Amino acid sequence: MLADCEPVTAPGRHRLIMFQESALFPWLTVFGNVMFGLKLVPELTRSERSEIAHGYLKLVGLAKFAHANVHELSGGMKQRVAFARALAPDPLVLLMDEPLGALDALTREQLYSDIQRIWQARRKTILFVTHNVREAVCLGDRVTLLSPRPGRVCQEFTIQLPRPRDINSVELAEYASHITAALKRHMALQVVE
Amino acid sequence: MRRTAIATLFFIGLIAAWQALALSGRWSPVLLPSPQSVGEYLCVSLKDGTLLGATAVTLRRLFLGYALGLAIGLPLGLLSSKSEFVEDTLGVLALGLQTLPSVCWIPLALLWFGQNEGAMLFVVIMGTIWSVVIATDTGAGTISPIYARAARTMGSEGFHRWTRVILPASLPFLIGGMKQGWAFAWRSLMAAEIYVTVLTGFGLGHLLHYGRELNAMDQVVAIMLVIVLIGLLADKALFAPWERFLHRRWGTGA
Repeated sequence: MLADCEPVTAPGRHRLIMFQESALFPWLTVFGNVMFGLKLVPELTRSERSEIAHGYLKLVGLAKFAHANVHELSGGMKQRVAFARALAPDPLVLLMDEPLGALDALTREQLYSDIQRIWQARRKTILFVTHNVREAVCLGDRVTLLSPRPGRVCQEFTIQLPRPRDINSVELAEYASHITAALKRHMALQVVE
Repeated sequence: MRRTAIATLFFIGLIAAWQALALSGRWSPVLLPSPQSVGEYLCVSLKDGTLLGATAVTLRRLFLGYALGLAIGLPLGLLSSKSEFVEDTLGVLALGLQTLPSVCWIPLALLWFGQNEGAMLFVVIMGTIWSVVIATDTGAGTISPIYARAARTMGSEGFHRWTRVILPASLPFLIGGMKQGWAFAWRSLMAAEIYVTVLTGFGLGHLLHYGRELNAMDQVVAIMLVIVLIGLLADKALFAPWERFLHRRWGTGA
């Protein structure tokens, strides 16, 4: 895999990963967590860092919680802080590994619209791994099916729905059922092999 | 407020009971000095400077030895959590030596360093170091790997990761280990001071020892009180803030 003509071998500041768990540091406040990655960007001044961190907290709707402790947040709020923390150092690509998997359905729907809103504001490339086809259709411009072990690209779909997309809309459901059908075909083939 | 009142009443009651027992005359004042005579000794020794001088000598030894013990123990503990080799060698040694009461180091310390500050320092360091090594090792070894992964993806490596992620993440264990190290250091220093006359400075232990030699039990009890008081204050001043921080951030405790 190449990014800007450089081979990608390991994670790092230019390709931040967001995990299924928020992985927020309990010894830091919400603000301290967002600052953690920023402090590792050498070219920023102190006031720039603080400004960026506050900006992203505002973007995820948690400006009021800057000085809260991590344990005081709900699961959805934690993932939003993790999102802000990952966006703040301005990575080239954001890798999200089932970041909404551990959340309840309502919170997840709220985050679908948040992620779309923030994506539209920041235009950051996001690679989003999920097992939920609707989620993929709702968030993605391109949806890629991967085969299990080894993970190879089976098929790719381009989603041309206007944004913001509603996970419960009929058009989205049509796309999703189309992709699910393709997914089942691939899985059937795999079993035969 | 109510709790402070209860605590105050409890201690007033305790002293009153002690005074009543001393006044009853059943025991000689050598065996049971009255609170009054203990108080008098405290006043006199505060005025002529012996008490403050001895406290200063003792605390200097304690803080210096404790700081050195931490400075050696923390990195060793981190190293032990990281390397299997260190864990199997130094880790086992630490576990063994931690069970050795640090008083047992005193004869060796005297032989090696003589009756001086070196011996005192050595005993305090030996009291501190092993608890700290074990706590750091356990703490750094049991933190959730997700923290290290999250830190890595943000570009935190090497020294930065050790000091900004691994150490703070193991804080709950570290504080326990540091408290234990402190308690061991304090006990071993008192034992050393009572046991050995060091010519480079008279500490609280020496005052206690000479109190016994002179049959001055008011002095002995007064010094014991001072030692208890220092222990209480150290807990409140050194560790309570960290524990409050821990409970606030991690959301543990009340």
